[in-house]
Amino acid sequence: MTRQSLLVGCAAGFSGDRTDVALPVVRTLARRGLPACLIFETLAERTLALAQLARRGNPEAGYEPLLEPMLAPILAECLAGGIRIVSNFGAANPLGAAKRIRTLARQQGLKSPRIAILAGDDLSGARHRPLLERELGSRLQGVDIVAANAYLGAEPIAAALRAGAEIVVCGRVADPSLVVGPAMAHYDIAADDWMRLGRATMAGHLLECGAQVTGGYFADPGIKDVPGLENVGFPIAEIREDGSCIVGKAEGTGGCVTERTVKEQLLYEVHDPAAYLTPDVTADISEAELRVDGSDRIELIGVRGHARPDRLKVTVCHEGGWLGEGEISYAGAGAELRARLAGEVLRKRLEGLHLRIDLIGTVSLFADDAGRMVRDRAPGDARDVRLRIAAAHGDRAEAERLGREVNALYTCGPAGGGGVRTSVRQRLDTLSCYVPREAVDARFEMLE
Amino acid sequence: MKTVSLRTLAHGRTGDKGNRCNISVIALDARHYPLLVDQVTEERVAALFAHRRPASVKRYLLPKLHAMNFVLDEVLDGGVNGSLNLDTHGKALAFLLLDLPVNIPGGKR
Repeated sequence: MTRQSLLVGCAAGFSGDRTDVALPVVRTLARRGLPACLIFETLAERTLALAQLARRGNPEAGYEPLLEPMLAPILAECLAGGIRIVSNFGAANPLGAAKRIRTLARQQGLKSPRIAILAGDDLSGARHRPLLERELGSRLQGVDIVAANAYLGAEPIAAALRAGAEIVVCGRVADPSLVVGPAMAHYDIAADDWMRLGRATMAGHLLECGAQVTGGYFADPGIKDVPGLENVGFPIAEIREDGSCIVGKAEGTGGCVTERTVKEQLLYEVHDPAAYLTPDVTADISEAELRVDGSDRIELIGVRGHARPDRLKVTVCHEGGWLGEGEISYAGAGAELRARLAGEVLRKRLEGLHLRIDLIGTVSLFADDAGRMVRDRAPGDARDVRLRIAAAHGDRAEAERLGREVNALYTCGPAGGGGVRTSVRQRLDTLSCYVPREAVDARFEMLE
Repeated sequence: MKTVSLRTLAHGRTGDKGNRCNISVIALDARHYPLLVDQVTEERVAALFAHRRPASVKRYLLPKLHAMNFVLDEVLDGGVNGSLNLDTHGKALAFLLLDLPVNIPGGKR
């Protein structure tokens, strides 16, 4: 029996993505009338640690701060149209997020949705410390853990959907698993059907960064032009029974889906193309091909899959001291020389701090923390240069001292400096390791 | 023979995981792919990133996509959490690679 294709739309590629993009995706899904699912991917590596810090301050917090503005415009239409919602916007507090969604539904006069919560990813508790110590050894000594999470896979998401969940709220899961879960549930894909899991995983990979596959993060005027970038549409994949997919985008939006946009996203954050590792499968795009299937529709074929890794990845976030930054601008004749002189002054004043010095407008992003590129470049005659210095230190007072020295350049530094900005921020650092699957109790629970 | 910037023949995007960076290089025109494979080598990319002291530079070929994927280890000064760079992810680095000079047969583009 051939089943109807599954549509999966994506309405966020990171925490902080646009909140007005979901509605066109949902409207397109509803109009096409196929079984459909909407994902929001909001959890970069550090985002979860920031969420844990928020939860320390307020036990009700710790989930995606934009949860309400993301969901409020589309919740009613999703529930009415049978469009399931799957997201990692639960972050450090999936239960808190689920309760907030239930309240939102009540406020909108909707019947209470069936909400599932994924659990088991959070390994930050004391009882998991021995497990992490076994894998990380001395690297964990003296480390104040802010967050420790295993990357869960698609199986508990699929189980929650099979049990009738209309919304699945996850914490840390592998990003593509947000798409693989619905595909597994829809097509009854077995957990060792590597070929189909590999293909669905790459469909998820194409969707997980939102507009990065539909013309976002792509435009290079004159070489790669994108229509209507200010209204770039978010992607929708039509996933077929064999796991292969056609990627398109929401109707009535800007952006574009072309072989070029899809190739850039297909290789994004990929290392060995024959071994893209997730908790679900080892996906292999070494023989992958694209075909144009009409306007703004690209078909991905030739993806393969191999057995999944034995272990699950765990990311541990811990406090990493303080980052001090300061900037000041110089313009007009001799600007670069004056900016360089200011940098030398700061280096002498801030002895003991390892300073990074950027000459924004001349050399900055391509340079290195050791300062080789800045040093090797002959002083030029740039006429609008912003000096930036940065340093990290375990002691907050040292990071603050950096800002005061930049500020003092107003009266004590070279001529004509202006526009000082300084900041001090807490840093987070990460460690990662791999733990046996059995050590992680991945499961779902329905919100009562 | 004429020398042009790689950016006129290829496009690409940077990705990061920890202190490791990958940069795709994708032919804008499939006919230029063999030329890119010949000239955009691991050695030349390593030289371009020498100031970042890469521990290794590995190139993977994807001929069916007319693309290659470069993986550069230890070039992000510690990565998103450790680097003092404004661009801690190294997202701009694709455009450093796309500055690479490439020779093309004269007159043709």
